Amino acid sequence: MSMDPELRDLYQTMILDHYKKPRHYGRPAGADREAEGVNPLCGDEIHVYAKLVNDRIEEIGFEGSGCAISTAAASLMTDAVKGLTTGEVEALIERFHDLVTGQSHESGSELGKLAVLAGVREFPARVKCATLAWHALRAALEGTGEPVSTE
Amino acid sequence: MSLPFTDVELARLRADFPILDQKVRGKPLVYLDSAASTQKPRAVIDAVARLYAEDYANVHRGVYQLGERATRAFEAGREATRRLLHAPEAREVLLLRGATEAINLVAQSWGRRHVGAGDEILITAMEHHSNIVPWQMLCEERGARLVVAPIDDDGSLLLDELARRIGPRTRLVSVAHVSNALGTVNPVQEIVELAHAQGVPVLIDGAQAVARMPVDVQALGCDFYAFSAHKLYGPSGIGALWGRAELLEAMPPWQGGGEMIETVHFEKSTYAEIPHKFEAGTPHIAGGAGLAAAIGYVEAAGVERIGAHEDVLLALATEAVREVPGLRLIGTAPHKVGVLSFVIDGIHAHDVGTILDREGVAVRAGHHCAQPVMQRFGVPATVRASFGLYNSREDVDALRRGLRTVIEVFQ
Repeated sequence: MSMDPELRDLYQTMILDHYKKPRHYGRPAGADREAEGVNPLCGDEIHVYAKLVNDRIEEIGFEGSGCAISTAAASLMTDAVKGLTTGEVEALIERFHDLVTGQSHESGSELGKLAVLAGVREFPARVKCATLAWHALRAALEGTGEPVSTE
Repeated sequence: MSLPFTDVELARLRADFPILDQKVRGKPLVYLDSAASTQKPRAVIDAVARLYAEDYANVHRGVYQLGERATRAFEAGREATRRLLHAPEAREVLLLRGATEAINLVAQSWGRRHVGAGDEILITAMEHHSNIVPWQMLCEERGARLVVAPIDDDGSLLLDELARRIGPRTRLVSVAHVSNALGTVNPVQEIVELAHAQGVPVLIDGAQAVARMPVDVQALGCDFYAFSAHKLYGPSGIGALWGRAELLEAMPPWQGGGEMIETVHFEKSTYAEIPHKFEAGTPHIAGGAGLAAAIGYVEAAGVERIGAHEDVLLALATEAVREVPGLRLIGTAPHKVGVLSFVIDGIHAHDVGTILDREGVAVRAGHHCAQPVMQRFGVPATVRASFGLYNSREDVDALRRGLRTVIEVFQ
């Protein structure tokens, strides 16, 4: 059966790999920041944990249940932000958001592996899945302790 | 037992729904989300358009002919609802925004008068949020308690458990006629008998029932019955509450404003008779006309035959999904209608929904505004395919093909 190319692009191998084997799953030892992200429309919940040392993410982790896109996005995010300063994370959040909403036409090459999520832009209903973990990470770093919602 | 539609009849019915004649992503639209909202036949679309094009004015006021025509078109929705529900009198039918508003009205008007500290409202574990939250709000305000009758692993109501929970503090039993998330048909007549034996009135949320089965509120013996037009092939933004006249007459008004008054003085106002007492403000006039047309359409097709047709599709779909590895049905009650809810191991409902959409198949993925049901079955969300009178065997085939693609993507 020939598969819709946009579908294959959304559910490409790397995304399914991160969905089935999420990286940095769980609460890392010494985590001093955390926040919960919820998507009330679908019930997805993602907890993000971080350990900051001198404004740099030394440890990162997440827990939760979600769809392939939200889980893979969280897993890819943890790979991408480990070792970055909070300022660098903030800049990355903006660029990632532009990538998945289609506001940026950069190839995404500078975003490294995160670029595999560019296919989400063809699926507007799923953008919130891709950004859920990032919203939670931002809340964790801002230290509000308040759950963030996509709605 | 009534027979389902023949192929010729179905083709004719499908042709009544202009929206079905389109492609989504290059594939014919397969609409399997009628439990969320049904599509509209030409008769309804035309009735709404005609009201605006030919008969529009405010209702219940104009001394001129146009106002009388608008009033007649709107009031036709009330009389059609009386017929649909086999209610004794049209004045017992309140035209509101929908089932949600209907339940809120009973909670706020009847509830505030009859529910006090320590009293109980009894619902079931399969209710839609619209039959949970209004009661929670009332209970919080009054210091009352929301009591929940549990359901079985197949999604059937445990009637004995419900009966055990009807006690001296129970003020109202409020139950779904048909569960939107599971498709379970509740034994509402027996529930009414159990409740009435203790002197407790019963509200039935008929949102999922009215388009699938005949409803006779007099035979059921219930006290309130609520539904929304948009799940009955009618417009959104209008629906009805039927209530026994003596109950409605004894209830205080809910919202104040025009239409619901008899006289207004700054010292005191007096209120109109039912149903207008509960219909403050200018109503959804075109919605009333559309509701009348929708009920007429369903009557012409035959609600029993619609139900029989959907039963066939549900059986076919239930059989079709058996081939999907790791698929588990949520809701397998012996008496269920219209809804096929399921989860697939290792594949989230949203991903299933996205992939099916690429095949042109529209299903619902999520908690279906019934999060306690999801919690009961230990799943965050389900995929729900639901049927309407316009669905065909080909639609079930498209669902089957789509699910094969889902498995292929996630292999």
